[in-house]
Amino acid sequence: MSEGVLLSELLVPFSYGYMLKAMWVSALVGGVCAFLSAYLMLKGWSLMGDALAHSIVPGVAAAYIFGAPFAVGAFFTGILAAAGMQFVKLNSRLREDAVIGLVFTTLFALGLLMASIWPTSVSVQTIVLGNILAISDEDVVQVAIISAVSLFVMLLLWKDLMVTFFDESHARSIGLNTRALKVVFFTLLSACTVAALQTVGACLVIAMVVTPGATAYLLTDRFGRLIVISVALGVVTSFVGAYISYFLDGATGGVIVTLQTLLFLVAFYFAPKHGVIAARRRQRVATDEVTT
Amino acid sequence: MTALTQIARAPERTTTPGASISLHHLTVTYPNGFTAVRDASFELDPGTICALVGVNGSGKSTIFKSIMGFVQPSSGEVKLCGLPVEDALKKNVVAYVPQSEDVDWNFPVLVETVVMMGRYGHMNFLRMPSRADRYKVDEALERVGMSAYRKRQIGELSGGQKKRIFLARSLAQEGRIILLDEPFTGIDVKTETAIVGLLRELRAAGHLILVSTHNLGSVPEFCDQVVLINRTVLAAGPTAEVFTQGNLERAFGGVLRNFQLGGPALHQDDDARRITVLTDDERPLVFYGDGDSQRSDKSGA
Ligand SMILES: Nc1ncnc2c1ncn2[C@@H]1O[C@H](COP(=O)(O)OP(=O)(O)OP(=O)(O)O)[C@@H](O)[C@H]1O
Ligand SMILES: [Mg+2]
Repeated sequence: MSEGVLLSELLVPFSYGYMLKAMWVSALVGGVCAFLSAYLMLKGWSLMGDALAHSIVPGVAAAYIFGAPFAVGAFFTGILAAAGMQFVKLNSRLREDAVIGLVFTTLFALGLLMASIWPTSVSVQTIVLGNILAISDEDVVQVAIISAVSLFVMLLLWKDLMVTFFDESHARSIGLNTRALKVVFFTLLSACTVAALQTVGACLVIAMVVTPGATAYLLTDRFGRLIVISVALGVVTSFVGAYISYFLDGATGGVIVTLQTLLFLVAFYFAPKHGVIAARRRQRVATDEVTT
Repeated sequence: MTALTQIARAPERTTTPGASISLHHLTVTYPNGFTAVRDASFELDPGTICALVGVNGSGKSTIFKSIMGFVQPSSGEVKLCGLPVEDALKKNVVAYVPQSEDVDWNFPVLVETVVMMGRYGHMNFLRMPSRADRYKVDEALERVGMSAYRKRQIGELSGGQKKRIFLARSLAQEGRIILLDEPFTGIDVKTETAIVGLLRELRAAGHLILVSTHNLGSVPEFCDQVVLINRTVLAAGPTAEVFTQGNLERAFGGVLRNFQLGGPALHQDDDARRITVLTDDERPLVFYGDGDSQRSDKSGA
């Protein structure tokens, strides 16, 4: 009897259209971001996602001012930021982190300036925190298109991107156009950052494009598997996170990222090869062998 | 390692027509204004092993990089198989093993995956390996004696083992032109001998191999052509003509350790012949007499 009540309680979120929408949109975005995270964290570009998310703010503000779809503005500033970072990096001896910091703070400041000059034009709150529970149907369409296209392109190019990021000179020797591949990658990253903005907000985009890849990295030495694990983690945590946020009445982004971090910690300690506990055990076995 | 040279292989292509490298008045200036190579020209034909020899900083790696199109010539041009570099690379004709691999050793790829990357240029755009591709990878790993390590993560290898993996990748790639930038540094003598055997097989199959090295002693052993450089081409041509004491002293200046043993130091009698030992690295080069006839020290240093 009480079990029946509990069960129906648990199924409540599925009876609301907006909750269903929030769950599958989050899962989609979480999956694509996790796909990209597999590459980002390997190249030491983890902060790139964060930087792009902040750089997008002026584009979003401009889109509101001109009444254009918000994804369009965000997308173009995203590309601009990525191109700006490449430009400064190639033409100076600054390290990657300094370049990223320079470009993204400049654009973020510009965005805040625009938002303060035209106060009604943009709700900074929405950009920074995201609001998947109140996402409009138009935005759902945008996010779905972005995610589907990105997923498709990544499925076609994942091996070429792997070679490019692992060994660029070899990639060129087998005739790959590494510059074009990188442009495609950063374009997708900008697009997915825009999508993630709506679900978890600018502050937490970084988690979506780092944590699943980092967790998967602890679990495997094969890149193909790493991608599969990472995407699975992204999809499940985002779906479940959106679901739980109904009961907690809390920010969806916060719940999703908390779940991802919990799984990361589990992998950090218990991963069979690269986990802390496994490493300690091997050390102990080795010392035992020496002493006995 | 014995597996390396003993594998019986079906001869794939007896000749690979048109594998050629030609440098035409190549000048390379780095962005800081330093001209590393000035007005360098040479031509190489298929079925050749050519040694690129010179002191540190003489521009060997720079020449490799310009053959790969990684640095742009400020004047002059490079042609591969008669094609401009960009076009040749698209046709997957060149395999390149750099002096030091600029890769992330923590990257989650297995040894066999790295070697499989050599096959990507032969696959369709989805890069799905066929049975033939897998076979070529097995074979390449076997030829460098690294089959036992195929399931290791790429960082879990020693320096010399890593070199062998990248060599295996270039074998799997089956480029008609193979560029090896100092493949013998940090390699033990046994592996070196095995690699030399491998290069001879490749030459017999019609490949063109350009290899830079500081092991002067082994050059006459397996290279039929030599290019001596010091920021420009000092001499280029068949080993017997170019790899002479006079040319080497010109290329290396005072850098070479040069021992001359003659007269009473060597013999009690009044034999006037001399032995000259030139050494840049591990393997010394020995000249008997006045430098016109040469033979290398086969036993290593
Ligand atoms: N990226 C660069 N920018 C400026 N100068 C460079 C650069 N790379 C190399 N050089 C300079 O060009 C010259 C040739 O360098 P290169 O690497 O071709 O020498 P190398 O013959 O391969 O030497 P080694 O035997 O040490 O490998 C050197 O004097 C070097 O200082
Ligand atoms: Mg060099």
